[in-house]
Amino acid sequence: MVWVNALVQGILLGGLYALFACGLSLLFGVMRVVNLAHGDFAVLAAYVALAIIAGLQLPVLWTALVVAPLFALVGYLVQRFIVQRSLAVSPLTTLLVTFGLSIVIQNALLQLLSANSQSLPSGVLASGSLEVNGQLSIGYLSVIVFVVAVVVIVALQMFLSHTALGRQVRAASDDQEVANTVGVNVRHVFGIAAAIAFATVALAGVAFGMYSSFDPAAGPQRLIFAFEAVVIGGLGSLWGTLVGGIVLGLAQVLGAQVDAGFGVLAGHLVFLAVLALRPGGLIPARFS
Amino acid sequence: MTVRYGQLQALTSIDLTMASGETVAMIGANGAGKSTLLRTIAGLHSPVEGTIRFEDRDITRLAAYERVALGIVLVPEGRRLFPSLTLEENLRIGATRGRPGSWSLARVYDLFPWIAERRRMTTVFLSGGEQQAVAIARALMSNPRILLLDELSLGLAPAVIHRLYNVLPSLLAAGMTILLVEQDVTQALRVSDRAHCLLEGRITLSGRPEELTPAEVEAAYFGLARRGGAGAG
Repeated sequence: MVWVNALVQGILLGGLYALFACGLSLLFGVMRVVNLAHGDFAVLAAYVALAIIAGLQLPVLWTALVVAPLFALVGYLVQRFIVQRSLAVSPLTTLLVTFGLSIVIQNALLQLLSANSQSLPSGVLASGSLEVNGQLSIGYLSVIVFVVAVVVIVALQMFLSHTALGRQVRAASDDQEVANTVGVNVRHVFGIAAAIAFATVALAGVAFGMYSSFDPAAGPQRLIFAFEAVVIGGLGSLWGTLVGGIVLGLAQVLGAQVDAGFGVLAGHLVFLAVLALRPGGLIPARFS
Repeated sequence: MTVRYGQLQALTSIDLTMASGETVAMIGANGAGKSTLLRTIAGLHSPVEGTIRFEDRDITRLAAYERVALGIVLVPEGRRLFPSLTLEENLRIGATRGRPGSWSLARVYDLFPWIAERRRMTTVFLSGGEQQAVAIARALMSNPRILLLDELSLGLAPAVIHRLYNVLPSLLAAGMTILLVEQDVTQALRVSDRAHCLLEGRITLSGRPEELTPAEVEAAYFGLARRGGAGAG
């Protein structure tokens, strides 16, 4: 029963990782941009949620409804005015630019809000759980986050596959120049993709903030988990990212079951094993 | 207009005017600047000097996707269909910023029943000729007024090229203006009202196809003799 519990907790934790990683996966899949500031934007989203809770007295889940659109706007602007310019130079430049953004965000947060760690007050959500029996209990928060992750990824996939704008995103991803000559405003479309990615980062940031405490320097450590989920699942595949997140979550929780200190390491080992044995990831596919 | 590629001057003082409904062929050897000319008109390069005008409107600074809305559409060299889109999606994307007009999915399917049959498949399994047909249909979906055709014959078998050029006139509604770039001189001259020969970025020969002698074309094409540049050069 202990193992069943670990299995369930692992899958649910995987939802958080998948939600966090899908923005990274989308940006890479569409524009070949590896956003090194991904984790820092998630931390920033948590701080913004904290400010909204303090300022507007909103319950924590409602903050997501404010933070996600706000970050969508930020994502669009960051893409159009910062990343797009570096994209025109070379893929390596985008790495440098997003690395720079990461440092700017960390230091700005440190300057303005100190290095103290914070957490989002989530009340009954964080502590409440569904008792299945004596040894298996399922936390409300982790179920909510898991459901949100699946809904977000399914919606994203539907958007890409079945809408006119999604079609433009895929066309622009295939061949920017030709997309331009058939009437696609590639920069705008890339901006939209970034907006969606940032909205998901914001959701993940709020979720992370309810799971555990965060501080201005927490971004890069989290980025590693997103990277691992994306690579385990397969680069540029959203379904893969969902699977990758779940595999990572399972590895960490089952590893921790063996030895409390072994959890994160188990995740890294699974990641390395996938890289060595199946470098393309478990579900290597394009957005289609 | 003049267009530069870094240090290289790809086109020098090109002066080209097209009347509505006319088919103009631009012939010339590899590297003569033909594709650069088309890409500049489509909006993928900007000229360092000179202007591009469309119906008294200066469109020199307009982005490629904005020119589609005016009716200027490029069929790129090498087809370049979108590999992660299905056949139908490849056609639909052509109508993204298109003008209203007689071209629609239904009309394309009518004309090419084999596209309708395979509309949910990706384009990677199509033959070169089929890909070229889809690329042209994709451009037509926007109901263009000026169609820029870049090397339709590239990499295709002679029989396929012949068929393609036979279908071409029936595809092009009355009033559509066509600028086609081609290495296959015979095909280009066969379908065009007017032809220009491009050599090292300059127009070296211009005229109606029936007035040009093979010797003149050959000379202009290979740059054997510098003459006849008066037409439009």
